[in-house]
Amino acid sequence: MSRVTLLALQVLVAVVVLGLWQFFASVPVFGKMLLPPFFFSNPVDVAKQIVAWFVSGVIWKHLLITLWESILAFAIGSVGGVLVGFWFARQPRVAQVFDPYVKMVNALPRVVLAPIFTLWLGLGIWSKVALGVTLVFFVVFFNVYQGVKETNATLVDNARMLGMSERQLVRHVFWPSALSWMFSSLHTSVGFAVVGAVVGEYLGSAAGLGYLIQQAEGVFDVAGVFAGMFVLSAFVILIDLGVTLVERRLLVWKPKLAEHGG
Amino acid sequence: MRTGEASTAVALHDATVAFRLADARLYTAVEQARLAVADGEFVAIVGPTGCGKSTLLNVAAGLLTPASGTVRIFDAPLTGLNREAGYLFQADALFPWKTAIDNVAIGLEIAGAPRTHALQRAQGWLESVGLGGFANRYPHMLSGGQRKRVGLAQVLIRDPKILLMDEPFGPLDAQTRQIIGNLLLQLWTADRKAVLFVTHDLEEAIALADRVVIMSAGPSSRIIGDWTVALPRPRDNFEIRLTHEFHALHREIWAVLRDEVMKGYAQAGEAVG
Ligand SMILES: Nc1ncnc2c1ncn2[C@@H]1O[C@H](COP(=O)(O)OP(=O)(O)OP(=O)(O)O)[C@@H](O)[C@H]1O
Ligand SMILES: [Mg+2]
Repeated sequence: MSRVTLLALQVLVAVVVLGLWQFFASVPVFGKMLLPPFFFSNPVDVAKQIVAWFVSGVIWKHLLITLWESILAFAIGSVGGVLVGFWFARQPRVAQVFDPYVKMVNALPRVVLAPIFTLWLGLGIWSKVALGVTLVFFVVFFNVYQGVKETNATLVDNARMLGMSERQLVRHVFWPSALSWMFSSLHTSVGFAVVGAVVGEYLGSAAGLGYLIQQAEGVFDVAGVFAGMFVLSAFVILIDLGVTLVERRLLVWKPKLAEHGG
Repeated sequence: MRTGEASTAVALHDATVAFRLADARLYTAVEQARLAVADGEFVAIVGPTGCGKSTLLNVAAGLLTPASGTVRIFDAPLTGLNREAGYLFQADALFPWKTAIDNVAIGLEIAGAPRTHALQRAQGWLESVGLGGFANRYPHMLSGGQRKRVGLAQVLIRDPKILLMDEPFGPLDAQTRQIIGNLLLQLWTADRKAVLFVTHDLEEAIALADRVVIMSAGPSSRIIGDWTVALPRPRDNFEIRLTHEFHALHREIWAVLRDEVMKGYAQAGEAVG
């Protein structure tokens, strides 16, 4: 399939879905509205709401807050995950001691932590950041831990035969290996950072995309809910695009997965 | 030949190596290996697959400690890693996150050489192995043969007195093997190091080495033959194989090796069954 055909088909899907939605939400079929506006709103109203947000500029504040929370959650969670993962991988005894507790905390659904974080850290951004950190940390931690533990033994032998001391081994072999594992989980961990931020906002806050959606739900403003969801999706896609660009620059040394011709 | 030097670069004396298997049994891979490589001598080890050739190199490198027996490097007992040796591993061992030139330069850098100097030397070595134009490629952008050559440069830049090579041309096609073999001969002739060279290719062993050592099929593999290759040097890796002397020696060694290869297959079959 050529790029143009593909794009045309992708646009077609959107047009058909939105068209059907608009049609069934505004034209009664056999005297009955299949998608009652009160529950489903309609694409025109949703678009109007989105435009209104951007024209008035209220949306920027919420977007910035969510973005900032996500960045903080990602940064703190990643640094923590890399450091602890690295430490555990190099100190198997420490890893053994902490193993059951790590598993216990990781098994906990993070949503239940949200009220506690709100209690501890207030309604501001830090309770959301904390929620994101608990998600990001474990993804990065497990990846780095596993990756460093399974660093190619021949590579380590080679490094030692080339004369590396333990410190040089860490710097030239284990550390790059740990970072590469962190980057290989970049999409997942960035996604989790956003999830943490939005869920946190949804459960109690005064700003952010999650807050916006929650407010609209509170007053049965379905158009507002859908508008919030669309903005959130676009936001996540943009961030993911950014991650892909960063990845391409940082992982030049990695063989690309076979790309399918199209 | 060097004059006035009769020291032994690597001396294994009755080295026995055993591995503890997952079920706690001991598996004796190599038994009472006795092997001496003189300084400047090129020794090839040939044996059936799984007989313990890599194991023997690991012992010489100090990566494995024999259960019994001694290892002496330039007449001093080996403790820890063998600092005199450069090791070209059987598996790919380049750092995937470093470019070819950084892979070659690393040995100098960690020894404290300034980076610009190390890179300059590395570029020189890349050129010696015919890869001057590939300095900025990452290992995954190189072919198998090119990776092996970068590996060779990585080891040689440190100028080790002993060179341990484990099937360095293993995965390559016949033509490439011969070309890189010739390259190795040239590099070695310029600066004779003691070489311990593992291969499963008897022709290659005879063409390159001063001595060919044959190991028996495992378990408890032993060194069962030691032939001096009295072919003249400098040699050409292609042409030497056409000579009558080459064929005579090949026939003689192969008569011994063939039985071991068959045994090796038979035992591997039993171990599975
Ligand atoms: N870590 C280990 N634990 C248990 N057994 C091992 C271990 N390493 C090697 N062996 C066994 O020791 C024997 C010798 O292994 P080695 O790698 O030295 O063989 P090789 O002669 O290099 O074979 P090849 O030509 O296939 O590379 C083999 O039977 C192998 O299964
Ligand atoms: Mg081997």
